[in-house]
Amino acid sequence: MRPFDYQRAERLEHAAQLAADDDTMALAGGTNLIDLMKLQVETPQTLVDIGRLSLGEIADEGDGLRIGALASNTATAAHARVRSDYPVLARAILAGATQQLRNKATTGGNLCQRTRCYYFTNIDQPCNKREPGTGCGAIDGIAKLHAVLGTSPHCIATYPGDMAVALAALDATVEIAGDSHERSVPVREFHRLPGDTPERDNVLEAGEIITSVTLPAPVGGTQIYRKVRERSSYAFALCSVAAVIDMADNRFTRADLAFGGLAHKPWHDPRIADLLVGSEPSPALFDKAADLLLEDARGYGENDFKIPLARRTLTAVLCEATGVEA
Amino acid sequence: MPITINDTPHDLPDDPRVSLLDFLRSHAGLTGTKKGCDHGQCGACTVLVNGVRINSCLSLAVTHDGDEVTTIEGLGSPVSPSEMQQAFLRHDGFQCGYCTPGQICSATAMLKEIAAGWPSDATDDLEASPKLTGEEIRERMSGNLCRCGAYANIVAAIRDVAGENA
Repeated sequence: MRPFDYQRAERLEHAAQLAADDDTMALAGGTNLIDLMKLQVETPQTLVDIGRLSLGEIADEGDGLRIGALASNTATAAHARVRSDYPVLARAILAGATQQLRNKATTGGNLCQRTRCYYFTNIDQPCNKREPGTGCGAIDGIAKLHAVLGTSPHCIATYPGDMAVALAALDATVEIAGDSHERSVPVREFHRLPGDTPERDNVLEAGEIITSVTLPAPVGGTQIYRKVRERSSYAFALCSVAAVIDMADNRFTRADLAFGGLAHKPWHDPRIADLLVGSEPSPALFDKAADLLLEDARGYGENDFKIPLARRTLTAVLCEATGVEA
Repeated sequence: MPITINDTPHDLPDDPRVSLLDFLRSHAGLTGTKKGCDHGQCGACTVLVNGVRINSCLSLAVTHDGDEVTTIEGLGSPVSPSEMQQAFLRHDGFQCGYCTPGQICSATAMLKEIAAGWPSDATDDLEASPKLTGEEIRERMSGNLCRCGAYANIVAAIRDVAGENA
């Protein structure tokens, strides 16, 4: 690990001021950042420890719920209201990592976690995300974990997390603060596509810190998080689907879906809900939904399997939610 | 404020790069906690911080001022082993023993987590109290790898302790 200055932030404004420097990074749970510092993928000159700020509360916000940026993944998944009102979020968190990691990992840190692309985490390899202009080793390389939607000629990395996929289905909002401003960003717009600036994972600017995530009033319905991975615990998603689905008179009244493991961000395509809502569930309809999802999908050899896998995972979730036989 | 390890206060290191794991082993002389992968993947470094299990390799020692850390040495000793340590012996829950301190710290915390009602990926009903099934134990212990493959006996040891407490 490269040497760095360690600073403890006493107040949020202090943290934001320090974090405004390009060579400074904020440390929360550290389960991803410290690992990347050991690998010298991240080499901050200053680490500002925000772990003792009062940002860990989970509290009612109107009919919704505000989850503090420093609430641990464990605390969120075990929270009574998350379990009863937003079960897809609890399921997504519990499907990721291990208990030891979830005990330390935070809401804000989870949103900011970086890709597990093998070229990104190996400093001997080219990577436009880690070192812009060096090329992408994954295109034409080892790309099993990689994206099939929204890729660019510069980067085919995936956002690796589960929690944010559920937050995207739930249409949650990320609350952000800077030294002298606050703003809210829908979680569906928080992560970016790589385009020609893959070094930027999300819309956070220098000096901005996530303070909380707010969930809208609960909508009920059937909530499912289905994660396909290479072993049954402690593995990243090859493909995942977070679904909040409601029916009336055998027609969809709600079909909020988000997808993990397929893109540089939790994938949400509003055309899928437009197609499903008002229609009677059927295998033919589910096929049309998958056609929409995967219209522009492109495989890179090793990850070609993700295209049919995404279709089957989406179909399985819709069948489970509606009782239709595939 | 110092860091307290197994009820003994220690001064924090000057170098902020020192992981909690390296601090325990090299500074505090407590070599029971093991370094396996050093990347949070194997769980050999699992310790309890304020009663909660974490990977000590992925935490900087300087962030732990005022914290109470419990390592395998704090759970029991050769003359007075903890209930979980005795169960691992009784059920032969190891072969080479390298992962064992992490397994025992993890298992000790895990039983408290179930008692506190924390759900896991193996919990069928999110709103009910989790039951201590084999499936639950395996899922909750998935952060502790054992390359000798002593898993069956580890699960038996944990079930034994949980049964005695039930």
